[in-house]
Amino acid sequence: MTDSKYFTTTKKGEIFELKAELNSDKKEKKKEAVKKVIASMTVGKDVSALFPDVVNCMQTDNLELKKLVYLYLMNYAKSQPDMAIMAVNTFVKDCEDPNPLIRALAVRTMGCIRVDKITEYLCEPLRKCLKDEDPYVRKTAAVCVAKLHDINAQLVEDQGFLDTLKDLISDSNPMVVANAVAALSEIAESHPNSNLLDLNPQSINKLLTALNECTEWGQIFILDCLANYTPRDDRESQSICERVTPRLSHANSAVVLSAVKVLMKFMEMLPKDLDYYGTLLKKLAPPLVTLLSAEPELQYVALRNINLIVQKRPEILKHEMKVFFVKYNDPIYVKLEKLDIMIRLASQANIAQVLAELKEYATEVDVDFVRKAVRAIGRCAIKVEQSAERCVSTLLDLIQTKVNYVVQEAIVVIKDIFRKYPNKYESVIATLCENLDSLDEPEARAAMIWIVGEYAERIDNADELLESFLEGFHDESTQVQLQLLTAIVKLFLKKPTETQELVQQVLSLATQDSDNPDLRDRGYIYWRLLSTDPVAAKEVVLAEKPLISEETDLIEPTLLEELICHIGTLASVYHKPPSAFVEGSRGVMHKRLPARTGSGEGTECPDVGNAAGGSAPEAAPSIIPSQGDLLGDLLNLDLAPPTTAGPTPSTSGMQMGGMDLLGGGLDSLMGAGFGAAPAVMPASLNAPVGGGLGDLFDLGGGVGMPMGAYIPPKTVWLPAMKAKGLEISGTFARRAGVIQMELVLTNKAMSVMTDFAIQFNRNSFGLAPAGPLQVLTPLGPNQTIEVSLPLSTVGPVMKMDPLNNLQVAVKNNIDVFYFSCQYPISMLFVEDGKMERQVFLATWKDIPNDNESQFQIQDCHLNSEAASNKLQGSNIFTIAKRTVEGQDMLYMSIKLSNGIWVLAELKVQAGNPNYTISLKCRAPEVSQCVFQCYEAVLKN
Amino acid sequence: MIGGLFIYNHKGEVLISRVYRDDIGRNAVDAFRVNVIHARQQVRSPVTNIARTSFFHVKRSNIWLAVVTKQNVNAAMVFEFLYKMCDVMASYFGKISEENIKNNFVLIYELLDEILDFGYPQNSETGSLKTFITQQGIKGQHQTKEEQSQITSQVTGQIGWRREGIKYRRNELFLDVLESVNLLMSPQGQVLSAHVSGRVVMKSYLSGMPECKFGMNDKIIIDKAGKGGVTNEAGKSTSGKQSIAIDDCTFNQCVRLSKFDSERSISFIPPDGEYELMRYRTTKDIILPFRVIPLVREVGRTKLEVKVVIKSNFKPSLLAQKIEVRIPTPLNTSGVQVICMKGKAKYKASENAIVWKIKRMAGMKESQISAEIELLPTNDKKKWARPPISMNFEVPFAPSGLKVRYLKVFESKLNYSDHDVIKWVRYIGRSGIYETRC
Repeated sequence: MTDSKYFTTTKKGEIFELKAELNSDKKEKKKEAVKKVIASMTVGKDVSALFPDVVNCMQTDNLELKKLVYLYLMNYAKSQPDMAIMAVNTFVKDCEDPNPLIRALAVRTMGCIRVDKITEYLCEPLRKCLKDEDPYVRKTAAVCVAKLHDINAQLVEDQGFLDTLKDLISDSNPMVVANAVAALSEIAESHPNSNLLDLNPQSINKLLTALNECTEWGQIFILDCLANYTPRDDRESQSICERVTPRLSHANSAVVLSAVKVLMKFMEMLPKDLDYYGTLLKKLAPPLVTLLSAEPELQYVALRNINLIVQKRPEILKHEMKVFFVKYNDPIYVKLEKLDIMIRLASQANIAQVLAELKEYATEVDVDFVRKAVRAIGRCAIKVEQSAERCVSTLLDLIQTKVNYVVQEAIVVIKDIFRKYPNKYESVIATLCENLDSLDEPEARAAMIWIVGEYAERIDNADELLESFLEGFHDESTQVQLQLLTAIVKLFLKKPTETQELVQQVLSLATQDSDNPDLRDRGYIYWRLLSTDPVAAKEVVLAEKPLISEETDLIEPTLLEELICHIGTLASVYHKPPSAFVEGSRGVMHKRLPARTGSGEGTECPDVGNAAGGSAPEAAPSIIPSQGDLLGDLLNLDLAPPTTAGPTPSTSGMQMGGMDLLGGGLDSLMGAGFGAAPAVMPASLNAPVGGGLGDLFDLGGGVGMPMGAYIPPKTVWLPAMKAKGLEISGTFARRAGVIQMELVLTNKAMSVMTDFAIQFNRNSFGLAPAGPLQVLTPLGPNQTIEVSLPLSTVGPVMKMDPLNNLQVAVKNNIDVFYFSCQYPISMLFVEDGKMERQVFLATWKDIPNDNESQFQIQDCHLNSEAASNKLQGSNIFTIAKRTVEGQDMLYMSIKLSNGIWVLAELKVQAGNPNYTISLKCRAPEVSQCVFQCYEAVLKN
Repeated sequence: MIGGLFIYNHKGEVLISRVYRDDIGRNAVDAFRVNVIHARQQVRSPVTNIARTSFFHVKRSNIWLAVVTKQNVNAAMVFEFLYKMCDVMASYFGKISEENIKNNFVLIYELLDEILDFGYPQNSETGSLKTFITQQGIKGQHQTKEEQSQITSQVTGQIGWRREGIKYRRNELFLDVLESVNLLMSPQGQVLSAHVSGRVVMKSYLSGMPECKFGMNDKIIIDKAGKGGVTNEAGKSTSGKQSIAIDDCTFNQCVRLSKFDSERSISFIPPDGEYELMRYRTTKDIILPFRVIPLVREVGRTKLEVKVVIKSNFKPSLLAQKIEVRIPTPLNTSGVQVICMKGKAKYKASENAIVWKIKRMAGMKESQISAEIELLPTNDKKKWARPPISMNFEVPFAPSGLKVRYLKVFESKLNYSDHDVIKWVRYIGRSGIYETRC
């Protein structure tokens, strides 16, 4: 009972002592020693030196000792592969033991030892165990297949284990079925296109039967697997739903959430006029509410999911507002999530209650929570018109408390209320002005300045107020500076006589004394406008502003769909697709909701047809992406804001976001020019505007290419749908020995994007940005900018599949986005890739013939001369040419940036458009990519 | 799936570390310690992502349990698993404390090997685990073949929670209906939200593999029975007592859910010993056992007068126990004078509250406390947040109105009938979060 003594060990000569004890004759002493070893291992001490001694203890009939030795083996086998072999015999013997517990233990442990030599020996015992008479052994063996697949996928396929695993889905024991399903699902994830799970009505039926009988965990595996199935029609969909709904009463929250996932997904296929559809909707609410009486951590998971469900199907929980009221003792993470859902559920029917609650929360202790509550009051006002007046008076009450951050937050939201209901609540301006001095946060200062500028004609001392801000102009943040500039221009247009001096002052501050390009540009535009055509200036600056949307922080519809398919999982907690936080290929597959099928009579009507596919919500709300996104911080990507050489404060620490749009500065300028609705302008219309700007900042993009290397056309890498409005397309080029990533960034969202930064995942050739992403100006809505990013090849290396795959993260003020693209390997071909003839000959002979691969290039109509010239442009050098029987044989060499040489022999026959190419390289993996380059270069 | 599981003490020292997946390195252990346990600020989320690795954690007293993964795991499952792991450990060695964990680390490793395989949770029912993993080392060496296969069939079987061949001389059943009643009331006495979350906890000492059926005054069943020519039994119970509307309920895995879904009947083969049969939630017609009427008056800037009246609202013959009223006081309180009619009241400076305790109180009674709170003058601009007045109590009835109608036991193979089983039923209503704003 006092195992804790093993944790207190003497420091000196410890290993030596342990060694002696491990080799002791006394069984008890041996066991004691192994326990000490395990304790040391736990606290992180390296006890690998004891490997042979511990393994010697394995030959024992004491099960406890055996388990301890196994535990040690799992930890250290990898570091001592040769010695781990010593253990194999015992494993194989144990797999034949009459006791099923020992057989299972052996096969379970063996799968955890990731040593190639051992896995070879594992196959036979595993095959036997998969067919063992005892279900306990079979269920363990099923998981072992997944383990083996993780170590050596090819081996598993070659040995036919996958088929055996599939057979286990029909096993008589539910737990075996559940584990087989779990193992198959995991293996299928790394083979997205293999039809491994082969879900069909028959196998689904088996799973649904097993669902009733297996453990809570098994039910989760099965439900998660079911969620990947797409029923053929609405009838099948309904029958599966009917068999899944009983799970909603399970005590295990994870079973409930996984069942909800299946139902939410399959519901998509049901016609909305079906009675069952309504019944199902009603059945979903109570279990979701029950999740809120679970432990706080689970509540958090549930709330994050409910947040998604409420966005997808608000009708489910619309009457359940009260359960989301915050309790005083809720942990802060639960409080914040509840608040979010309360706002989403706020409607005319319940607004009075919601407001009373929010007011209560605004007096709490936690600053974040209070701020969010105050903001929520503002959002209620914007969402429910009838409540606006009450919201405003509540906010005024809060301003009276004089609590600094409450006041600031209130002013920020009141500005939005003014936007939504112009000329309605301006009576409160006087109260706001009283608090001018206490505002120290840029966002609040900017909001206040906007209000003063917007209503300058009603504020007697507007000029004095603005002038007071002007004194410390250069110490203000950019956001405030821009706002102040616009506000003073507005003031001037409204009261030209008294404020001439002021406007001149601000214009000169912005244009002459500032080194911030945004501020200067805006200043110049105003200046010219005012000096050339004051009437036009008035039309532009005081133009009517577009409406702001009611809902904020909505998740973009395609992402929402994907997240619904991931209910219960981490993705639903982060509100990010799995590809955003899972490394490698696993789970990167995008899931989609099924489309509604057209069987059944009801579906013919146009209404339902509209909603089909689930991708178009009834009233597509426009999206203002959230700013301080939780995940950006969580992911800890370390994407630093671009550091520019000059002291330009504009790019760092600029937090403009939606603010600029609301400010009605530059955007209302553009809006006036293009018809007051910048958000809906098609991108093409915008191209000349953005293009001009882009050119200015395109560093080296337009430099002529003397060599004429092949540059693939630009393709879209990141569609705007997936990146909250940011579209990225691009290509790669090699210019004057420098690899360039040429990007075109287009802002298709409504807010300004700033703070761009880029980072690559480790890749096969160590590509990494050689400098920061040079986007110096904020990217306005519908603006396009071309950037060229020089790359180096000295970054961290990791082999990718395909080899030329590059995973990229781009950050802006809104979020972090991920995409992957493939670069032509030709950009890695260096200029000094011409080999000496003798060296070529020797190398060609030296590389084993196994490494040679042959390809055909078809439909190429160049003669050998032209081909050679063309290839030279991409640093593929012809070393020698030989003509044999009307066939030109070209011998070429290529050197990659990491020093790998590729030798090539190209056969060109006059009149035959098909070339044959043989590639030889010490790293044959690159051949395929090199061949693709040949093809691309020759054909373009 | 789950990549690894670590247990730390409050200082962040690792007590247990078990890695299941190759993508989790030793540095994950340190990452969690540095970023979560040693983080200065309060933890803002139970899920943390550090360098593309996700950590889930729960805390039990000052022990941290963390699950780590690099994949898109089922987050709800991970937390359910962690709770289950705590239950399993607690049932093996009691309280989860540093000392107990160190004392049982070999056992914990054995358990972790058994209930998580490659990060997939396996059977975690203590009932069946205890048949082959014990604190005195593992059984298994000296078992007969029959015993071994009985163990494995139980661990993997349909009725994984109960072993065969259980025998009791006296077949006995204890049924506890435990409810916690939650209330949030405005200062004016308006109910902002109220709900009961209840649990039916059962201790069964029954022989063989008994089939049980549990019935309560569920509105849906009683209404159904009422319509369809009242059966004798249902008729009896409807005549006297009210039925209740259950918003939602969840069941132990032994209950046949499909049967509940189709017939709303609760049938099951019970685990042996103590377990939670069901949980439920009601919001309608709740009996609120106590009403709190607060009165707070600010007298100038340095004094507060507080008066709180509590009224008990149940049958006079019943007695409430362990009553405690907690009245928060401002942070700048310098002194408090309290007068109460009943029980004892004390100002606890460390908790910023006046705690008023009453041992017992009968139904339909009323009691009162008044206090004068002296405040230190401050120039803190921020107003006192006035946390709600909270209450604790225990009453011998179910505030939801739930009544057990029957619990029938059938065991066809053994020679005992429903009448031979001794059954005990007890109702306990406790306060959950029972708050009145002031």
